[in-house]
Amino acid sequence: MANSFTITPALERLRATRVWKSIFRRGPALTNRTRSLAVFGNLFLHFLPVKVREKSLRVRASYYVGSISFLLFIVLTVTGVLLMFYYHPAVPQAYRDMKDLRFVVSNGVFLRNLHRLAAQLMVLAVFWHMFHVFYRGGYRPPHEFNWVVGVVLLLVTLFLSYTGYLLPWDQLAFWAITVGTNIISAMPLIGRRVRFVSLGGNLVGENALLRFYVLHCVVLPLIAIVLVAVHFWRVQKDGGLTVPEEDDGKGN
Amino acid sequence: MSDGKQTSPEGPSDPRTKLVTTRREFLNEAAAAALGVAAIGSMVVTYGYLSPNVLFEPPTTFRAGNPDLYAPNSVTFLEEQQVYVVRTENGFYAVSAVCTHLGCVTQWKPEFGQIACPCHGSKFRPDGTKIEGPAPRPLPHFAISLTADGDLQVDKLETVNPGQALKA
Repeated sequence: MANSFTITPALERLRATRVWKSIFRRGPALTNRTRSLAVFGNLFLHFLPVKVREKSLRVRASYYVGSISFLLFIVLTVTGVLLMFYYHPAVPQAYRDMKDLRFVVSNGVFLRNLHRLAAQLMVLAVFWHMFHVFYRGGYRPPHEFNWVVGVVLLLVTLFLSYTGYLLPWDQLAFWAITVGTNIISAMPLIGRRVRFVSLGGNLVGENALLRFYVLHCVVLPLIAIVLVAVHFWRVQKDGGLTVPEEDDGKGN
Repeated sequence: MSDGKQTSPEGPSDPRTKLVTTRREFLNEAAAAALGVAAIGSMVVTYGYLSPNVLFEPPTTFRAGNPDLYAPNSVTFLEEQQVYVVRTENGFYAVSAVCTHLGCVTQWKPEFGQIACPCHGSKFRPDGTKIEGPAPRPLPHFAISLTADGDLQVDKLETVNPGQALKA
Protein backbone atom coordinates (compact mmCIF):
# COMPACT_ATOMS: atom_id res chain seq x y z
CA MET A 1 0.00 0.00 0.00
CA ALA A 2 1.11 3.56 0.52
CA ASN A 3 3.79 2.41 2.93
CA SER A 4 5.96 1.09 0.11
CA PHE A 5 7.78 4.42 -0.17
CA THR A 6 9.47 3.70 3.20
CA ILE A 7 11.09 0.55 1.84
CA THR A 8 14.07 0.93 -0.38
CA PRO A 9 13.44 -0.36 -3.89
CA ALA A 10 16.28 -2.89 -3.55
CA LEU A 11 14.70 -4.50 -0.49
CA GLU A 12 11.37 -4.48 -2.26
CA ARG A 13 12.85 -6.31 -5.21
CA LEU A 14 14.55 -8.78 -2.86
CA ARG A 15 11.24 -9.53 -1.18
CA ALA A 16 9.68 -10.30 -4.56
CA THR A 17 12.31 -12.90 -5.41
CA ARG A 18 11.63 -16.62 -5.43
CA VAL A 19 14.31 -17.29 -2.76
CA TRP A 20 12.78 -14.81 -0.32
CA LYS A 21 9.34 -16.25 -0.90
CA SER A 22 10.62 -19.80 -0.41
CA ILE A 23 12.15 -18.85 2.96
CA PHE A 24 9.42 -16.60 4.32
CA ARG A 25 6.50 -18.19 2.43
CA ARG A 26 5.19 -14.68 1.66
CA GLY A 27 5.84 -11.87 -0.72
CA PRO A 28 6.21 -8.28 0.46
CA ALA A 29 4.18 -7.51 3.59
CA LEU A 30 2.46 -4.48 2.17
CA THR A 31 -1.11 -4.91 3.34
CA ASN A 32 -2.52 -5.57 6.79
CA ARG A 33 -3.42 -9.05 5.61
CA THR A 34 0.05 -9.91 4.29
CA ARG A 35 1.64 -8.36 7.41
CA SER A 36 -0.52 -10.60 9.59
CA LEU A 37 0.35 -13.62 7.48
CA ALA A 38 4.05 -12.78 7.80
CA VAL A 39 3.72 -12.99 11.60
CA PHE A 40 1.53 -16.10 11.59
CA GLY A 41 3.82 -17.93 9.20
CA ASN A 42 7.06 -17.34 11.13
CA LEU A 43 8.05 -19.84 13.82
CA PHE A 44 9.78 -17.16 15.89
CA LEU A 45 6.97 -14.62 15.60
CA HIS A 46 3.80 -16.70 15.53
CA PHE A 47 3.21 -16.47 19.29
CA LEU A 48 3.47 -12.69 19.17
CA PRO A 49 0.49 -10.48 18.38
CA VAL A 50 -0.17 -9.16 14.92
CA LYS A 51 -1.24 -5.86 16.40
CA VAL A 52 -0.26 -4.22 19.69
CA ARG A 53 -2.08 -1.48 21.53
CA GLU A 54 -0.07 1.70 21.33
CA LYS A 55 -0.18 2.28 25.08
CA SER A 56 1.46 -1.09 25.82
CA LEU A 57 4.46 -0.06 23.73
CA ARG A 58 5.11 3.06 25.82
CA VAL A 59 8.24 2.94 27.98
CA ARG A 60 6.21 3.57 31.12
CA ALA A 61 3.96 0.59 30.36
CA SER A 62 6.73 -1.91 31.07
CA TYR A 63 10.14 -0.17 31.09
CA TYR A 64 10.92 -3.12 28.78
CA VAL A 65 12.47 -4.97 31.73
CA GLY A 66 10.91 -8.26 30.63
CA SER A 67 12.37 -7.85 27.15
CA ILE A 68 15.68 -6.76 28.66
CA SER A 69 15.71 -9.95 30.76
CA PHE A 70 15.18 -11.99 27.60
CA LEU A 71 17.91 -10.10 25.72
CA LEU A 72 20.29 -10.74 28.61
CA PHE A 73 19.35 -14.43 28.48
CA ILE A 74 20.36 -14.45 24.78
CA VAL A 75 23.64 -12.69 25.61
CA LEU A 76 24.28 -15.22 28.39
CA THR A 77 23.56 -18.16 26.09
CA VAL A 78 25.94 -16.92 23.40
CA THR A 79 28.77 -15.95 25.77
CA GLY A 80 28.20 -19.08 27.86
CA VAL A 81 28.53 -21.40 24.87
CA LEU A 82 31.73 -19.57 23.87
CA LEU A 83 33.14 -19.96 27.41
CA MET A 84 32.35 -23.69 27.25
CA PHE A 85 34.89 -24.10 24.44
CA TYR A 86 37.72 -23.46 26.92
CA TYR A 87 36.29 -24.59 30.26
CA HIS A 88 36.76 -28.06 31.76
CA PRO A 89 34.47 -28.81 34.71
CA ALA A 90 37.20 -30.69 36.59
CA VAL A 91 39.35 -30.12 39.66
CA PRO A 92 41.72 -28.24 39.53
CA GLN A 93 41.50 -27.54 35.78
CA ALA A 94 38.36 -25.41 36.17
CA TYR A 95 40.20 -22.72 38.13
CA ARG A 96 43.12 -22.74 35.67
CA ASP A 97 40.74 -22.46 32.71
CA MET A 98 39.03 -19.50 34.37
CA LYS A 99 42.46 -17.87 34.87
CA ASP A 100 43.40 -18.67 31.27
CA LEU A 101 40.20 -17.05 30.07
CA ARG A 102 41.15 -13.93 32.00
CA PHE A 103 44.83 -13.69 31.10
CA VAL A 104 45.69 -15.92 28.14
CA VAL A 105 42.77 -16.39 25.76
CA SER A 106 42.19 -13.61 23.23
CA ASN A 107 39.16 -11.58 24.28
CA GLY A 108 38.56 -14.18 27.01
CA VAL A 109 38.36 -11.59 29.76
CA PHE A 110 35.80 -9.68 27.69
CA LEU A 111 33.56 -12.72 27.21
CA ARG A 112 33.90 -13.87 30.81
CA ASN A 113 33.06 -10.44 32.18
CA LEU A 114 30.22 -10.05 29.70
CA HIS A 115 28.83 -13.36 30.99
CA ARG A 116 29.27 -12.39 34.66
CA LEU A 117 27.89 -8.89 34.34
CA ALA A 118 24.98 -9.95 32.13
CA ALA A 119 24.14 -12.61 34.72
CA GLN A 120 24.10 -10.05 37.51
CA LEU A 121 22.07 -7.64 35.39
CA MET A 122 19.63 -10.41 34.50
CA VAL A 123 18.90 -11.11 38.17
CA LEU A 124 18.31 -7.37 38.61
CA ALA A 125 16.13 -7.12 35.49
CA VAL A 126 14.05 -10.18 36.41
CA PHE A 127 13.41 -8.82 39.90
CA TRP A 128 12.53 -5.39 38.50
CA HIS A 129 10.18 -7.08 36.01
CA MET A 130 8.54 -9.03 38.83
CA PHE A 131 8.05 -5.96 41.03
CA HIS A 132 6.70 -3.96 38.10
CA VAL A 133 4.18 -6.66 37.19
CA PHE A 134 3.23 -7.05 40.83
CA TYR A 135 2.58 -3.36 41.43
CA ARG A 136 0.59 -3.13 38.17
CA GLY A 137 -1.60 -6.00 39.35
CA GLY A 138 -0.38 -8.23 36.55
CA TYR A 139 -1.01 -11.34 38.65
CA ARG A 140 -4.81 -10.86 38.56
CA PRO A 141 -7.13 -12.87 36.30
CA PRO A 142 -6.64 -13.81 33.54
CA HIS A 143 -2.89 -13.56 34.19
CA GLU A 144 -2.63 -15.86 37.25
CA PHE A 145 -1.07 -18.76 35.40
CA ASN A 146 1.49 -16.59 33.66
CA TRP A 147 2.36 -15.00 37.01
CA VAL A 148 3.14 -18.47 38.36
CA VAL A 149 5.24 -19.27 35.26
CA GLY A 150 7.06 -15.99 35.90
CA VAL A 151 7.76 -16.90 39.53
CA VAL A 152 9.22 -20.24 38.39
CA LEU A 153 11.34 -18.36 35.83
CA LEU A 154 12.60 -16.13 38.65
CA LEU A 155 13.63 -19.26 40.57
CA VAL A 156 15.28 -20.73 37.44
CA THR A 157 17.20 -17.45 37.02
CA LEU A 158 18.40 -17.63 40.62
CA PHE A 159 19.38 -21.30 40.27
CA LEU A 160 21.26 -20.48 37.06
CA SER A 161 23.06 -17.71 38.90
CA TYR A 162 23.85 -19.96 41.84
CA THR A 163 25.09 -22.95 39.80
CA GLY A 164 27.23 -20.65 37.66
CA TYR A 165 28.79 -19.20 40.80
CA LEU A 166 30.61 -22.48 41.57
CA LEU A 167 32.18 -22.88 38.14
CA PRO A 168 35.24 -20.56 38.57
CA TRP A 169 36.24 -22.92 41.40
CA ASP A 170 37.84 -20.16 43.48
CA GLN A 171 37.52 -19.55 47.22
CA LEU A 172 34.43 -17.38 46.78
CA ALA A 173 32.74 -20.12 44.74
CA PHE A 174 33.72 -22.92 47.11
CA TRP A 175 32.48 -21.23 50.27
CA ALA A 176 29.34 -19.83 48.66
CA ILE A 177 28.32 -23.34 47.61
CA THR A 178 29.37 -24.80 50.97
CA VAL A 179 27.19 -22.29 52.77
CA GLY A 180 24.31 -22.54 50.29
CA THR A 181 24.13 -26.32 50.33
CA ASN A 182 24.24 -26.28 54.12
CA ILE A 183 21.14 -24.10 53.94
CA ILE A 184 19.57 -26.88 51.79
CA SER A 185 20.34 -29.41 54.52
CA ALA A 186 18.27 -27.35 56.95
CA MET A 187 15.15 -28.56 55.09
CA PRO A 188 13.13 -30.84 57.36
CA LEU A 189 13.46 -34.61 56.86
CA ILE A 190 14.95 -34.63 53.35
CA GLY A 191 17.49 -31.80 53.71
CA ARG A 192 20.61 -33.92 54.13
CA ARG A 193 19.64 -36.28 51.29
CA VAL A 194 18.93 -33.36 48.93
CA ARG A 195 22.32 -31.88 49.81
CA PHE A 196 24.05 -35.22 49.26
CA VAL A 197 22.45 -35.69 45.83
CA SER A 198 23.03 -32.05 44.78
CA LEU A 199 26.72 -32.27 45.67
CA GLY A 200 27.21 -35.90 44.73
CA GLY A 201 28.97 -36.33 48.08
CA ASN A 202 29.35 -34.91 51.55
CA LEU A 203 31.47 -31.93 50.60
CA VAL A 204 31.94 -29.54 47.69
CA GLY A 205 34.29 -31.50 45.43
CA GLU A 206 34.70 -32.64 41.85
CA ASN A 207 31.29 -34.35 41.77
CA ALA A 208 29.62 -31.13 42.88
CA LEU A 209 31.48 -29.13 40.22
CA LEU A 210 30.38 -31.50 37.45
CA ARG A 211 26.78 -31.60 38.68
CA PHE A 212 26.54 -27.83 38.90
CA TYR A 213 28.09 -27.55 35.43
CA VAL A 214 25.50 -29.89 33.90
CA LEU A 215 22.68 -28.09 35.69
CA HIS A 216 24.05 -24.70 34.64
CA CYS A 217 24.73 -25.52 30.99
CA VAL A 218 22.02 -28.04 30.09
CA VAL A 219 19.18 -28.66 32.54
CA LEU A 220 18.34 -25.16 33.73
CA PRO A 221 18.72 -23.43 30.31
CA LEU A 222 16.36 -26.02 28.74
CA ILE A 223 13.79 -25.44 31.48
CA ALA A 224 14.21 -21.68 31.00
CA ILE A 225 13.74 -21.84 27.22
CA VAL A 226 10.54 -23.88 27.50
CA LEU A 227 9.11 -21.65 30.23
CA VAL A 228 10.07 -18.44 28.41
CA ALA A 229 8.21 -19.70 25.32
CA VAL A 230 5.13 -20.47 27.42
CA HIS A 231 5.48 -17.11 29.19
CA PHE A 232 5.59 -15.06 25.95
CA TRP A 233 2.76 -17.03 24.39
CA ARG A 234 0.55 -16.59 27.44
CA VAL A 235 1.19 -12.83 27.57
CA GLN A 236 -0.64 -12.55 24.25
CA LYS A 237 -3.27 -15.23 24.93
CA ASP A 238 -4.16 -13.48 28.20
CA GLY A 239 -4.75 -10.20 26.41
CA GLY A 240 -1.41 -8.41 26.45
CA LEU A 241 0.30 -6.25 29.04
CA THR A 242 -1.51 -5.00 32.10
CA VAL A 243 -1.60 -1.25 31.53
CA PRO A 244 -3.61 0.84 33.99
CA GLU A 245 -6.60 2.56 32.33
CA GLU A 246 -5.74 5.91 33.86
CA ASP A 247 -2.24 5.76 32.39
CA ASP A 248 -2.70 8.02 29.40
CA GLY A 249 1.05 8.34 28.83
CA LYS A 250 1.07 11.99 29.93
CA GLY A 251 2.15 11.20 33.47
CA ASN A 252 -0.03 11.09 36.53
CA MET B 1 -13.15 -46.17 39.44
CA SER B 2 -16.06 -45.58 37.09
CA ASP B 3 -17.76 -42.24 37.65
CA GLY B 4 -20.97 -43.45 36.03
CA LYS B 5 -20.66 -41.39 32.87
CA GLN B 6 -20.30 -44.54 30.83
CA THR B 7 -23.78 -45.86 31.35
CA SER B 8 -25.29 -49.15 30.40
CA PRO B 9 -27.78 -49.20 27.52
CA GLU B 10 -30.71 -49.06 29.95
CA GLY B 11 -29.79 -45.48 30.87
CA PRO B 12 -28.72 -43.74 34.09
CA SER B 13 -31.72 -45.00 36.03
CA ASP B 14 -30.50 -48.56 35.73
CA PRO B 15 -29.31 -49.72 39.21
CA ARG B 16 -26.37 -51.54 37.61
CA THR B 17 -24.96 -48.21 36.33
CA LYS B 18 -22.56 -47.66 39.24
CA LEU B 19 -21.29 -51.20 39.09
CA VAL B 20 -20.55 -51.40 35.39
CA THR B 21 -17.00 -50.71 34.26
CA THR B 22 -16.56 -50.94 30.56
CA ARG B 23 -13.57 -52.72 29.10
CA ARG B 24 -12.34 -49.38 27.70
CA GLU B 25 -12.53 -47.73 31.11
CA PHE B 26 -10.79 -50.61 32.78
CA LEU B 27 -7.95 -50.65 30.25
CA ASN B 28 -7.58 -46.86 30.41
CA GLU B 29 -7.33 -46.95 34.17
CA ALA B 30 -4.95 -49.88 34.12
CA ALA B 31 -2.75 -48.06 31.60
CA ALA B 32 -2.81 -44.85 33.67
CA ALA B 33 -1.89 -46.80 36.80
CA ALA B 34 0.94 -48.56 34.96
CA LEU B 35 2.25 -45.20 33.73
CA GLY B 36 2.05 -43.81 37.26
CA VAL B 37 3.98 -46.77 38.67
CA ALA B 38 6.57 -46.43 35.90
CA ALA B 39 6.91 -42.68 36.57
CA ILE B 40 7.42 -43.17 40.30
CA GLY B 41 9.78 -46.08 39.62
CA SER B 42 11.89 -44.04 37.22
CA MET B 43 12.14 -41.27 39.80
CA VAL B 44 13.30 -43.75 42.44
CA VAL B 45 15.82 -45.27 40.02
CA THR B 46 17.09 -41.80 39.03
CA TYR B 47 17.49 -40.83 42.67
CA GLY B 48 19.46 -44.01 43.26
CA TYR B 49 21.58 -43.33 40.20
CA LEU B 50 22.38 -39.79 41.35
CA SER B 51 23.43 -40.93 44.86
CA PRO B 52 27.06 -42.01 44.51
CA ASN B 53 28.06 -45.28 46.17
CA VAL B 54 31.80 -44.65 46.13
CA LEU B 55 33.21 -41.31 47.18
CA PHE B 56 36.74 -40.07 46.65
CA GLU B 57 36.67 -37.82 49.67
CA PRO B 58 39.33 -37.48 52.40
CA PRO B 59 39.18 -40.37 54.88
CA THR B 60 37.10 -39.65 57.96
CA THR B 61 39.48 -41.56 60.27
CA PHE B 62 43.00 -40.23 60.44
CA ARG B 63 46.13 -40.36 62.52
CA ALA B 64 47.07 -37.16 64.31
CA GLY B 65 50.65 -38.15 65.16
CA ASN B 66 52.40 -38.80 68.45
CA PRO B 67 50.79 -37.24 71.56
CA ASP B 68 54.11 -35.64 72.45
CA LEU B 69 53.76 -33.34 69.40
CA TYR B 70 51.08 -31.42 71.29
CA ALA B 71 52.19 -29.09 74.08
CA PRO B 72 50.14 -29.14 77.30
CA ASN B 73 47.26 -26.63 77.29
CA SER B 74 47.40 -26.12 73.55
CA VAL B 75 44.95 -25.96 70.66
CA THR B 76 46.30 -27.30 67.36
CA PHE B 77 44.45 -26.82 64.08
CA LEU B 78 44.84 -29.69 61.64
CA GLU B 79 44.01 -27.89 58.40
CA GLU B 80 43.82 -30.96 56.18
CA GLN B 81 41.32 -32.66 58.47
CA GLN B 82 39.49 -29.53 59.71
CA VAL B 83 39.84 -30.64 63.32
CA TYR B 84 41.30 -29.05 66.45
CA VAL B 85 43.31 -31.33 68.71
CA VAL B 86 43.11 -29.81 72.18
CA ARG B 87 45.40 -30.89 75.01
CA THR B 88 44.43 -29.93 78.56
CA GLU B 89 45.47 -31.21 81.98
CA ASN B 90 42.72 -33.82 81.64
CA GLY B 91 44.03 -35.15 78.35
CA PHE B 92 43.27 -34.92 74.66
CA TYR B 93 40.09 -34.27 72.81
CA ALA B 94 39.27 -33.53 69.17
CA VAL B 95 36.85 -30.72 68.24
CA SER B 96 35.40 -30.16 64.79
CA ALA B 97 36.64 -27.01 63.08
CA VAL B 98 33.55 -26.83 60.84
CA CYS B 99 31.12 -24.20 62.04
CA THR B 100 27.73 -25.62 63.00
CA HIS B 101 26.03 -22.63 61.34
CA LEU B 102 26.69 -23.05 57.61
CA GLY B 103 29.81 -25.15 57.35
CA CYS B 104 32.65 -22.63 57.11
CA VAL B 105 36.00 -23.60 58.60
CA THR B 106 36.66 -21.75 61.86
CA GLN B 107 40.01 -20.45 63.05
CA TRP B 108 41.75 -20.67 66.42
CA LYS B 109 42.60 -17.20 67.69
CA PRO B 110 45.23 -17.73 70.43
CA GLU B 111 45.30 -14.00 71.29
CA PHE B 112 41.62 -14.19 72.36
CA GLY B 113 41.60 -17.84 73.40
CA GLN B 114 38.61 -18.34 71.08
CA ILE B 115 37.64 -20.25 67.98
CA ALA B 116 36.11 -17.78 65.50
CA CYS B 117 34.22 -18.29 62.25
CA PRO B 118 35.13 -15.88 59.43
CA CYS B 119 31.82 -16.22 57.61
CA HIS B 120 29.18 -15.00 60.05
CA GLY B 121 31.08 -14.27 63.25
CA SER B 122 30.25 -17.23 65.49
CA LYS B 123 32.65 -17.66 68.41
CA PHE B 124 33.43 -20.77 70.43
CA ARG B 125 35.59 -21.78 73.39
CA PRO B 126 38.34 -24.35 72.77
CA ASP B 127 36.05 -27.02 74.23
CA GLY B 128 33.56 -26.28 71.45
CA THR B 129 30.92 -24.52 73.55
CA LYS B 130 29.35 -21.49 71.90
CA ILE B 131 30.17 -17.98 73.05
CA GLU B 132 28.08 -16.09 70.52
CA GLY B 133 26.99 -15.88 66.95
CA PRO B 134 24.44 -17.44 64.66
CA ALA B 135 25.76 -20.99 65.19
CA PRO B 136 22.91 -23.07 66.62
CA ARG B 137 24.99 -25.76 68.31
CA PRO B 138 28.40 -26.17 69.95
CA LEU B 139 31.22 -27.66 67.89
CA PRO B 140 30.99 -31.46 68.16
CA HIS B 141 33.71 -33.59 69.72
CA PHE B 142 35.08 -36.52 67.71
CA ALA B 143 36.16 -39.89 69.06
CA ILE B 144 39.89 -39.87 69.80
CA SER B 145 41.95 -42.94 70.62
CA LEU B 146 45.48 -44.30 70.62
CA THR B 147 46.67 -46.69 67.96
CA ALA B 148 48.73 -49.77 68.85
CA ASP B 149 51.92 -47.91 67.94
CA GLY B 150 51.08 -44.93 70.13
CA ASP B 151 49.67 -42.38 67.68
CA LEU B 152 46.53 -40.35 68.24
CA GLN B 153 43.65 -41.38 65.98
CA VAL B 154 40.50 -39.35 65.33
CA ASP B 155 37.25 -40.72 63.89
CA LYS B 156 35.18 -37.87 62.41
CA LEU B 157 32.13 -40.07 61.92
CA GLU B 158 31.80 -40.75 65.64
CA THR B 159 30.85 -37.80 67.82
CA VAL B 160 31.32 -38.20 71.55
CA ASN B 161 30.18 -36.55 74.76
CA PRO B 162 32.15 -33.31 75.30
CA GLY B 163 33.10 -34.44 78.81
CA GLN B 164 35.30 -37.25 77.51
CA ALA B 165 39.03 -36.81 77.12
CA LEU B 166 41.80 -39.22 76.26
CA LYS B 167 44.08 -39.43 79.28
CA ALA B 168 47.61 -38.53 78.33
